[in-house]
Amino acid sequence: MSQTYRLPSGGRIDRSEPLSFTFDGQTYTGYRGDTVASALLANGVHLVGRSFKYHRPRGIVSAGVEEPNALIDCNITDGEKGTREANNRATFTELRQGLTTKSVNAFPNLKFDIGAINSVMARFIPAGFYYKSFLVSTTMWHRLIEPVIRRAAGLGETDEVADKSRYDGHFQHADIVIVGAGPTGLQAARTAAKSGARVIVVEQDTECGGSLLRDPVEIDGMDADLWVATVEAELAAAPNVRLMTRTTLSGIFDHNMLTALERVTDHLDEPELTDEHRPRMRWHRIRTKQIVLATGAFERPLVFRNNDLPGIMFASAVETYLQRYGVKVGNTGVFLVNNDMALSAAIKAKEAGVDVTVVDVRSESTGPNTEKLLAMGVSFYTNHTLVEAKGSKRVTAAVIAPMSGDGSAIAGELTTLPCDFIGSSSGYNPIVHLHCQSGAKLDFDPTTACFVPGAPVGATPTLSAGAAKGLFSLNDALVSGADAALEAMQAVGVGASEKALVSASEEAHPGNLHIRHLWLLPSDKPTSKGGKFWVDFQNDVTAADLQLAVRENFRSVEHIKRYTTLGMATDQGKTSNINALGILSDVLGVTIPEIGTTTFRPPYTPTTFGAIAGREPGDFLDVARVTPMHDWHVNNGALFEDVGQWKRAWYYPRGGENMHAAVDRECQAVRESVGILDASTLGKIIVKGPDAAEFLDRVYTNKWMKLGIGRCRYGLMLGEDGMIMDDGVSSRVAEDEFLMTTTTGGAANVLTHLEDYLQTEWTDLKVYLTSVTEQWAVASLNGPKARALLSELCTDVDLSPESFKFMEWKEATVAGIPARIFRISFTGDLAFEINVPADKGMALWTALMTAGAKYDITPYGTEAMHVLRAEKGFIIVGQDTDGSLNPHDMDMSWIVGKDKEDFIGKRSLTRKDMSDPMRKQYVGILTEDPKEVLPEGAQLVNLADAPAKAAPDNPVPMQGHVSSSYWSSAAGRSIALGIVKGGLARKGETLVVPMPDGRNVKVTLGDTVFVDAEGVRQHG
Amino acid sequence: MLLIRCPYCEEERPEVEFSFAHQAHKPRPEAAGETLDDHNWARWVYYQKNIKGVAHERWNHAAGCRKFFNAARDTVSSEILGTYKSGETPPVPESRVEGEELSFDYEHGEAGA
Repeated sequence: MSQTYRLPSGGRIDRSEPLSFTFDGQTYTGYRGDTVASALLANGVHLVGRSFKYHRPRGIVSAGVEEPNALIDCNITDGEKGTREANNRATFTELRQGLTTKSVNAFPNLKFDIGAINSVMARFIPAGFYYKSFLVSTTMWHRLIEPVIRRAAGLGETDEVADKSRYDGHFQHADIVIVGAGPTGLQAARTAAKSGARVIVVEQDTECGGSLLRDPVEIDGMDADLWVATVEAELAAAPNVRLMTRTTLSGIFDHNMLTALERVTDHLDEPELTDEHRPRMRWHRIRTKQIVLATGAFERPLVFRNNDLPGIMFASAVETYLQRYGVKVGNTGVFLVNNDMALSAAIKAKEAGVDVTVVDVRSESTGPNTEKLLAMGVSFYTNHTLVEAKGSKRVTAAVIAPMSGDGSAIAGELTTLPCDFIGSSSGYNPIVHLHCQSGAKLDFDPTTACFVPGAPVGATPTLSAGAAKGLFSLNDALVSGADAALEAMQAVGVGASEKALVSASEEAHPGNLHIRHLWLLPSDKPTSKGGKFWVDFQNDVTAADLQLAVRENFRSVEHIKRYTTLGMATDQGKTSNINALGILSDVLGVTIPEIGTTTFRPPYTPTTFGAIAGREPGDFLDVARVTPMHDWHVNNGALFEDVGQWKRAWYYPRGGENMHAAVDRECQAVRESVGILDASTLGKIIVKGPDAAEFLDRVYTNKWMKLGIGRCRYGLMLGEDGMIMDDGVSSRVAEDEFLMTTTTGGAANVLTHLEDYLQTEWTDLKVYLTSVTEQWAVASLNGPKARALLSELCTDVDLSPESFKFMEWKEATVAGIPARIFRISFTGDLAFEINVPADKGMALWTALMTAGAKYDITPYGTEAMHVLRAEKGFIIVGQDTDGSLNPHDMDMSWIVGKDKEDFIGKRSLTRKDMSDPMRKQYVGILTEDPKEVLPEGAQLVNLADAPAKAAPDNPVPMQGHVSSSYWSSAAGRSIALGIVKGGLARKGETLVVPMPDGRNVKVTLGDTVFVDAEGVRQHG
Repeated sequence: MLLIRCPYCEEERPEVEFSFAHQAHKPRPEAAGETLDDHNWARWVYYQKNIKGVAHERWNHAAGCRKFFNAARDTVSSEILGTYKSGETPPVPESRVEGEELSFDYEHGEAGA
């Protein structure tokens, strides 16, 4: 019979809407409003998972986001090819029609898990087992230990199907954000709403009410439901308030930046069909002025032997399942408590017909809840400990015994109480995660035995209220909610509203919990013998593990956390950390505040990556910059390489050409006929103003004052440290105007660098800088036939070498387009770089291609460009240099104006270290075998040091490395460039490149120019 | 994510519009009429203050007006105590912990080195 444990009436579920779902292949029924956990419990299912390390049977322990055990894999979209998502908390996953779920970390199945043998072997896998395994041999680790650990550990499996869901992002602005819509948050919200301030209320649950959903207490003479509905109606009527449910405030970042995850469709039947335009989730980035945290508190469990058996859960969870879902978790329950408040769960269970026994660890239990239970005829044991829980896949009995006065040992006969569930409570932990994320500290409150928020600090102060502040009385909580709102309003500077006076039944929620904290319940055997005392359920950390870590001399809680993996699972220790601190304080003999807590980091609960990526996965991840001729490259089969954000044509394979063949053909075309390169991506900056020449003189190493109008000059730019930063050709356009070019990747940095000096150091210089990179399209014609081709399209300028010399530029008309032609060359061959307005780039390119057909014009990409410039020894900043090389290192002393008064990097260049002859210097590298093309990045070593065979255990000193290496048809052999210690004085010397395959390749150092050493071709 | 007021745009804008440049108020030694030896020059080039507390920093409104300006920022809490144009006086002094005076005087070099 289904739903045997569902009460005949009650709960907030909709009994008119039964829903069927599956768990591990078995079909069950629940109701709209259920979570997967409540529906499983209604069907009597407690065993839902296997633990991480020992594969122990585990059951549902909580009724909320803090759940450590009940992790399930569920379908996000339906159908066979539907997407699945692992490690969802069953206690937080809303039931819908057609939901298919399965347990995680069980093999071959939940009831019989072979990994449970780890439980038997537990003594061999103690705390820090993973780290200790590093001490065995490397081989053993790789072959045996790692594969075994990898198979046994880990939680759910990642779906290999791409996530088909849609996600969205949303930016919001608010005056006050209130986190949590329990009684405290609602009271804060209604107070703030009246002020007119922009208020956003964020509630992770499906509905407002918080603790009232499990414990409906009368407020202001209204029953809880009516009070919540009244406040909700007030908020709905206020245009300045936005209430978001199913939304988790996951992180607090600097300057009041908040992130929140809204779950939009997961709870809908067939979510992907419901509304295809609706995203699965929205990721909200909220900037606010004030933050009120009404996040409530988590209950924490008592720690006793075998406390992880299915059926052992938090007392408040038992209460939630009864009150909110109409489910009794069992028929015979033992409530194990150390405070007054948890007893309300026992009362509700008794009222629902459960056979209840209370075991109270306190020596006296006299509160109103106790009196009520005694009046109901419940068996009540005070000053008793729970010695151990019995059972295998479900708890079957609790063994209890009286304790000694100090609670350190048992003092009397054992009594066995048969039961099918245990509800335990060791008190409450205010949910201080967001408070701590804001940078603020915690204070320890000994009367409630929990950490409460300390003073707000820094740029992102938060105001805590209610249980999140350690105020467990409902009256105190309501007042603090209103107070926090008033404080926030005052800080924002909006009109104050009347402080709403509220009152709740004091009896139900006493301010004093009368808590007795016993972090580890005494038993008949020590923690290391017999069954384990579990602290962190999800990562299988026991009290004995913590004690062992301390014996092994771990002292800092941050170290103990990492050594034992305490609190490092997906639940981040929400239910375990404080118990662990309590146990550690006993072992270390120090107080809990002296130990301190570990760091709270965002996100508060696990967050789907897709939601953070939002609308920007795949092609939208980053900006792609393309040139005006991009479509031509695409249509003509170019492959592209990314240079910064630019897409540059890499090479244009024809037929079945591979990269090598295509690049070789493109290079030969340039040397023999004419090639055309899209050079539009080079950075272009207008330097304009009366002091433009003076400015260039300061930022380049060479001289610029006397450069004539219409002339071009190569410039090298250094950083303040004297190292090469960028290079390029700058041309004088007018007396007060230059056009500077930079490397493609360096353009933005160069502009920022120049602006920094102009704005902060040389404020007297009258110069403006304007980036025009995208205003010009550039086609670069290279090769002996470049002039013949260009002269067919450009008739208003004499292109002859006599009247248009190398390193000059002219205004001209090319193919009817106004253009600037620069006679500059990066290939060492005759070259014309034709600049036209960007929107004419494609027209220019196609005109050149059409007219060039008879010269067999060949488009070439960046790879051929690299080969051609390497044949000439031209450096590429960032490939042949790396930020630690100065002009002297690169054999470019000729470009450093020695008699210049100053330029950026001049003083650094004169440092003694900068002219050390043993610095790494720029050389050409020729292999003994001309066909051998060295890999770029290969290391060079001295001939005498050459290893007999590659041996990682026998390192030899490195002399330098290969920075550029290609096959060069023009040189008829392989060529390479690189930097070598003292290389300029070592030309002719033979060194060795040890290859990954074990060969030693002999190389000779030489000049960096491999083709046309005299440099006549570019002047042609 | 920081919220930074650009003193030129006179608006608070999100951090993504800005880029951090370097330590503010680090005058070039030659501007102060000093000639430094190699050791002190290298210190001027490579060393920056690393203050725990209020630091004066240079920022650039890179995706905005592109102006460089200065900010007094608490490096512990990331609170920005004020931004100001270059040439203006910082709104709050930098933190200096007693006994932890920087060994290098940025304006006059390291004495005796």
